[in-house]
Amino acid sequence: MPESNDIKGIIKRVSEIIIEELKLEDITVATFNPDLDLIDELGIDSMDLATIALVLQDEYKIVIDEDDYPKLKTVRLIAEYIQGKKTEKN
Amino acid sequence: MNTVSSLLDKDWHERYKRIAKLNIRSSIYDVTNRCNLRCKGCFFFSSNEHIAAQEEMDIKKWEEFIDHEKERGVNLAILIGGEPTLCMDRVEAFYKRIPSYCATNGLIKVDRNKFPDMMVGISLWGGGEDEKILRGRDTFAISSKNYAGDHYAYYLYTITPRQVGKIEPVIKRIVDVGLKVHLQLLSNDEGVDGFSWKESELKDLRLEMDEVLDKYPQTLISSKYYHEVITTGKMLGRSFGWMECPSVTEALDNRKPQPRRLIHFVRWASDLKTVHRCCTSATRDCSTCKDGAAHMSWIMVSKRAHVSSTKDLQNWIEVYEMFAKLYSLIPW
Ligand code: SF4
Ligand code: SF4
Repeated sequence: MPESNDIKGIIKRVSEIIIEELKLEDITVATFNPDLDLIDELGIDSMDLATIALVLQDEYKIVIDEDDYPKLKTVRLIAEYIQGKKTEKN
Repeated sequence: MNTVSSLLDKDWHERYKRIAKLNIRSSIYDVTNRCNLRCKGCFFFSSNEHIAAQEEMDIKKWEEFIDHEKERGVNLAILIGGEPTLCMDRVEAFYKRIPSYCATNGLIKVDRNKFPDMMVGISLWGGGEDEKILRGRDTFAISSKNYAGDHYAYYLYTITPRQVGKIEPVIKRIVDVGLKVHLQLLSNDEGVDGFSWKESELKDLRLEMDEVLDKYPQTLISSKYYHEVITTGKMLGRSFGWMECPSVTEALDNRKPQPRRLIHFVRWASDLKTVHRCCTSATRDCSTCKDGAAHMSWIMVSKRAHVSSTKDLQNWIEVYEMFAKLYSLIPW
């Protein structure tokens, strides 16, 4: 279960998932800038996003529409998106 | 940690951003099982794909199918065959719905009043003599008349081992008719004598491809990194083959671990139900496959692996740009 559903907690968890799933080296949750552009700066593509989305969907029990991928440009935007989806649900 | 902007200067970063936002979802369609040629080594006929499925003849069914493909997220329809121009109504059904690319042998001219900006890739198997041996006729003599100076057409020159040392005259013929050319290599699916690759030939060919690219940069749509990868079958220390190929139909892809692949890619047969294993023949030996599009896609899906040095990332950008130009996603 996610340890915390406030925005900071989600940012931390999303960063962990991205580092783990994409096997990113030389970066830790502490040094992961939540506003770093994942596509323009980290070189993440839609296949990476699909991999991350699968884990996030499972963990947060939400559905991430493929059409929304272009919006998910930074860790913060992903976290806000998750928060929005959870609010919609409740 | 390497980031894109830490590796690229402003110009390269702009180029990167232009292509990074292209979210290409391609699939391939056998428009028909028929062709007005019968080339030796054509994967479609040599692997009996022309009889694997009965061609759907009802244009309404094609239209419904294409609408469904669009809903599935396909934003690049690659039309092959057989010879797609034998069924222009089907080509038109695609063109009106999805950005489309048409592969052809160039014997029939696509009507530019109907298809003003559809990219057309014209197959060419070498100089006149090789064309006669492998295809029964010198197709260039006809296709070059049909497409001379056409801004949305280029030659897809399949180089055979016999062409090594002789590709420049072929390029010159293309320059003279005001067209562009992309290079790929023959995979000798029918085992025609003298047309299988030897290591030394591939080495020489790589140098020759680099030379013609330097000499005819306005005519060749290519990159040296692509030349390296397609002639060596190696990328960043990995070897191309079944376990790496990105161009496998999604529903038939049971590989474990799952390699990086084209998302939702399918190659459809002309009955609109049957799917083929990959972008080329299912009977082809993956270990000797030289398919150009599969090699390009292999590089393209490996973006993050190239975010490791300036040179690697620039190589990746050049290949992606090459693909995007070939399919008219960015201008020449
Ligand atoms: S023109 Fe193309 S489809 Fe027709 S036989 Fe030759 S390679 Fe095959
Ligand atoms: S034949 Fe070529 S394109 Fe087809 S799966 Fe094998 S390596 Fe990929």
